[in-house]
Amino acid sequence: MPGLEDLYKEIILDHYKNPRNQGELPVPPAIMEEGFNPLCGDEVKVYVLTDGDVVKDIRIGGQGCSISQASASMMAESVLDKTLEEAKNLIEKFKEMMSVHESNLDSAELSEDNNENSLGDLQALKGVVKYPVRIKCATLGWNTFDQIIAPKE
Amino acid sequence: MTGNIFESEKIKGDFPLLEREVNGKPIVYLDSAATSQKPIEVIDRMTDYYKQINANVHRGAYHIAELATSEMEETRAKVSRFINASSEKEIVFTKNATEAINLVAYTWARSQLKEGDVILLSSLEHHSNIVPWHQLSSERNIEIRWIPITQDGQLDLSSIDELLADVKLLCVSAVSNALGTINPVKQLVDAAHKVGAICLVDACQSVPHFKTDVAELGADFLAFSGHKMCGPTGIGVLWGRLEILEKMPPFLGGGEMILNVTSDGFTTNEVPWKFEAGTPPIAEIIGLGVAVSYLEKIGMEVIREHEQNLTSYALDLLNERFGDDLTIHGPEEAVNRSGVISFSYRDIHPHDISQVLDQYGVCVRAGHHCCKPLMTLLGVNATARASLYIYNGESDIGVLADAIDEVGKIFS
Repeated sequence: MPGLEDLYKEIILDHYKNPRNQGELPVPPAIMEEGFNPLCGDEVKVYVLTDGDVVKDIRIGGQGCSISQASASMMAESVLDKTLEEAKNLIEKFKEMMSVHESNLDSAELSEDNNENSLGDLQALKGVVKYPVRIKCATLGWNTFDQIIAPKE
Repeated sequence: MTGNIFESEKIKGDFPLLEREVNGKPIVYLDSAATSQKPIEVIDRMTDYYKQINANVHRGAYHIAELATSEMEETRAKVSRFINASSEKEIVFTKNATEAINLVAYTWARSQLKEGDVILLSSLEHHSNIVPWHQLSSERNIEIRWIPITQDGQLDLSSIDELLADVKLLCVSAVSNALGTINPVKQLVDAAHKVGAICLVDACQSVPHFKTDVAELGADFLAFSGHKMCGPTGIGVLWGRLEILEKMPPFLGGGEMILNVTSDGFTTNEVPWKFEAGTPPIAEIIGLGVAVSYLEKIGMEVIREHEQNLTSYALDLLNERFGDDLTIHGPEEAVNRSGVISFSYRDIHPHDISQVLDQYGVCVRAGHHCCKPLMTLLGVNATARASLYIYNGESDIGVLADAIDEVGKIFS
């Protein structure tokens, strides 16, 4: 697959084929939000159960392309057992990575060390930036999760 | 072109974009249902318009303004002949088919339909022939009813008489953009007219590919877009029966659509200018005229024959090569469909399919094709769609099939 290595990294394909934290949680006590990508018809459902300010459990439902599914799976894995504050920081860092312009990818790579500890495996999704149409796929689960934990008006 | 032998390679040479490469591979453009490529003569004529005769139409009494006006109005006459309208006054220029349908929704429908009336839609409609009616329905409490489909994506007319009860407006596409199904429009129009309903045909996917004869079809309105038939974007056509157009209130207000304006009010211009407020897309209209001539030069019957043969070839090749791994949605036989091939491959998301195909220069559409109600009926979220046109040949299908194989390798 010439040229697609940056997009379909092994770890992404692994999460797509073996999604973690798939399923549903009873609502309530869990909170559920749905996200849609009108471009490709992707739908994601994020279920979150909190205990105090900790993400006690998180499940991902819905259907979508490899990037949206893998990204949501990786997100679920990385926010589980984190505090809401930590989760928010992660969302911010992830979205920041997704907003790096393709032409700045190389310089972004230089600062990888700074991010590496916090983003870990999620770094694998950085290649999505080269395919602008797919950025919405990668951020779908994150934005949906963000809606759940963002302070309500 | 020599005689009846269709030379898609020669046709391809008329389209400059098809000479380019994508990701280091020759482009294989299979998304003509979304928009077609443009032949060089359309591109050149539009450039010449700006270089030679750019002036506003129907206004200046000077040479180039007269030239621009006459080219624009010649195109109206040409389009009228192309679809066998009874008068060029029946040709209203819009910005696209969506605007043409909305024009009918805002003028004819809002002056004629009232609470309790029924609009009948087919389950194969594009959002552009659904949403304007949803908007009207919620405003006026008008019922929307749907013609169901069979398993193979054809309209199920078994209870059409019951469905037509109290129907005031029937809206149906001539060809489904998502599945390629050719709908029995004439049969539907005849049935709808028996109950006194008005019929609007979305012909976006038929006018570029088949001979269209509005007199034979017998409908009341027909909408299509220029950019799917080798013309530019920004120009669409609403054909309407003259006696209906004449009774319709105007659409947008502004210049061109008026006969007189005073401090107290205005009187409207004649049909079709009554519906064409403001400076029209002159270059685009002229470009559409060249596109019509281009298609006529090849011949609409020849185009249909080529597309049907190529579709048949593609269906056979894909079915043989991929067997149960690949599901082609819609009618089984090429004779019942246009050159639209909507498919699912294993359980791989269409977005991933199109991403990998792009790597091999193959352009296909992935998604719901603006037909979410239909996707729900089919039980899928999205499909991948390859759509063919005059410049495609058997080699393109071969490249598509090889690229689908590569998709399978990545997601095995």
